[in-house]
Amino acid sequence: MNSFRQLFQYILSGLSNGAIYALIGFGFAIIHNATGIINFAQGEFVMLGGMLALFFLTILKLPLVPSIVLAILVSTIVGMSFERLAIRPLKNAKPLNLIIITIGASIFIRGMAMLIWGKDTHALPAFSGNDPLYIAGATILPQHLWIFALTILIIIASRIFFNYSLVGKAMRACAYNPQAASLVGIDVKIMVLLSFVISSAIGSMAGIIIAPLTMTSYDVGIMLGLKGFCAVIIGGMSSGLGTVLGGLLLGLLEALGAGFISASYKDAIAFIILLVILFIRPEGLFKKKETERV
Amino acid sequence: MSRNIFRIIFVLFFSVLMAGVVFAASPIKIGALFSVSGPASFLGEPERNTAQMMVAEINKSGGIKGRKLELIVYDTQGDATKAVQAVNKLIKDDKVIAIIGPSTTGDSMAVIPVVEKAEIPLISCAAGIKITDPVKKWVFKTAQNDVLAVAKIYEYLKGQKIAKIAILTVSDGFGSSGREQLTLQSKEFGMQIISDETYGPKDTDMTVQLTKIRDSEAQAIICWGTNPGPAVVARNAKQLGINIPLYMSHGVSSKKFIELAGDGAEGIILPSGRVIVADQLPKSDPQKKALTNYVNKYREHYKVEGDHFGGHAWDAIMLLKGAIERGGKSPAAIRDQLEKTKKFVGIGGTFSYSPQDHAGLTSDAFVLVQIKQNDWKLIK
Repeated sequence: MNSFRQLFQYILSGLSNGAIYALIGFGFAIIHNATGIINFAQGEFVMLGGMLALFFLTILKLPLVPSIVLAILVSTIVGMSFERLAIRPLKNAKPLNLIIITIGASIFIRGMAMLIWGKDTHALPAFSGNDPLYIAGATILPQHLWIFALTILIIIASRIFFNYSLVGKAMRACAYNPQAASLVGIDVKIMVLLSFVISSAIGSMAGIIIAPLTMTSYDVGIMLGLKGFCAVIIGGMSSGLGTVLGGLLLGLLEALGAGFISASYKDAIAFIILLVILFIRPEGLFKKKETERV
Repeated sequence: MSRNIFRIIFVLFFSVLMAGVVFAASPIKIGALFSVSGPASFLGEPERNTAQMMVAEINKSGGIKGRKLELIVYDTQGDATKAVQAVNKLIKDDKVIAIIGPSTTGDSMAVIPVVEKAEIPLISCAAGIKITDPVKKWVFKTAQNDVLAVAKIYEYLKGQKIAKIAILTVSDGFGSSGREQLTLQSKEFGMQIISDETYGPKDTDMTVQLTKIRDSEAQAIICWGTNPGPAVVARNAKQLGINIPLYMSHGVSSKKFIELAGDGAEGIILPSGRVIVADQLPKSDPQKKALTNYVNKYREHYKVEGDHFGGHAWDAIMLLKGAIERGGKSPAAIRDQLEKTKKFVGIGGTFSYSPQDHAGLTSDAFVLVQIKQNDWKLIK
């Protein structure tokens, strides 16, 4: 009984962390699918979401809901300006150069956040209390339910957006072949900008919703960004279910590894999985192999 | 001709006058190395603030024997390489006669060979036992050892008839040093460590480790780390409904911890310097006067509460002041006078240095405090 309860708590903890990784992973997937680059500044949008929400809430003393809305808005504007100022001016740059630029941008955003808000860690109040919920002897917090709900909402929304709306389809077309897309009249630049808008908005939402649990500080984006990156690699860069499953799997393996082997290896487990997948199935666990026609 | 002589006299007169002025004002240069930014800024920032406040106070009341103090502060950013660069600059360019800091054990260990070679006294504000064990001729320290903190907790647990414990330590310098002491001293106090878990400094969820501990036979948990990890532990422990007592290290004895841990902080017991409970100390406590003095001054200057990290710098400056007053003019004389310090009542405790002991404190430097209704409560 005891060991069952223990196992169940590991699973529950793993799934709740996995949902966080999945949420962060989404942002990677959306930009990658529209532009072919991996935005390593994604973790910084997660940080910005949390820090901005906290800033509006505690410094400007706004209520919770307007603070959240404003935080998402401001991070989205940062995402937009990042694309306009650092990505778009580089015409015909190779993806590798752009990836290096995103790393630079992440260092810049982190540095600015440190100068503006200082180096302290802060906690955001939980949305609906801190009383744990008991499920078969294991516990989770109400905040975890918010995270699960947001994850499900985003899967559904992205599914509808990318498969049924014109703009979504256009974005997919750009990802597949930007030249052909522009020939049929799709404005590729706008689509790239849009992908940055969506992913910075999702990133900041993730940052806000996890801040009551994980707390937030200027450098919280590095590790969370990397874990989100692992999730999206496992999921094969999909902007749908694949990333969610990737995130959940990562969270579960981390928790079980920490529980049954040793907690010292928690991060090592995540990165070993990443390496193994990159070696064996670089297209991800849940993706059918693409055949390219030449 | 007479005009020239007049000129020479004039020049001579002025140069003597100027020299006199220069001589009287020549300040005593003291170097300071603090990790004002970077991960250990929670140590370096209050330490720098305190040191600057103290130097301003001393200068306002006429300096030491008529000579003003000049404090030269460099930020080490908690980086040993930067600390070594800064200490060289202090010794070679600024020509300081004594140095206080660095804030962390890593930085301190890195600068020790430099000051030993240059023969400049150093009063470290870091806690690691390695700094003064074995004793180094030119190195002293003011922060309380982990050894004393662990002893204080074990003493209390023994009194509570608790013998089976779980430890949860962070995998950085502070945590591994704590873990070492916890295991080392467990035999001495008859403690049995049932569960020995660790977590990463950037981890944001410790429910797995705590679940393991919850289902073991441990009667108490001791967590060793600095913010924000222990705050996550406190929150997770509450989430899991763990009802065995939770103990923390002196690394979290600042209001920030209570703020971060929220409801989870209630009831946690930790060893701490006396600063945070200065107003609760009995009148008979020898440190009470120094502590209330420090707390009030810090609040006056910086509008925030002083903590015991800043206290390490207070002690370092005051120890130095004492040594200079007793006749320390050169670095060597200051070192000799420092070593003769007896029963100096400071913030961290009552210091008595000797040729065999450059740490100077005993386990009564710590008191145990419990968090009650978002505030510290002294456990008597």
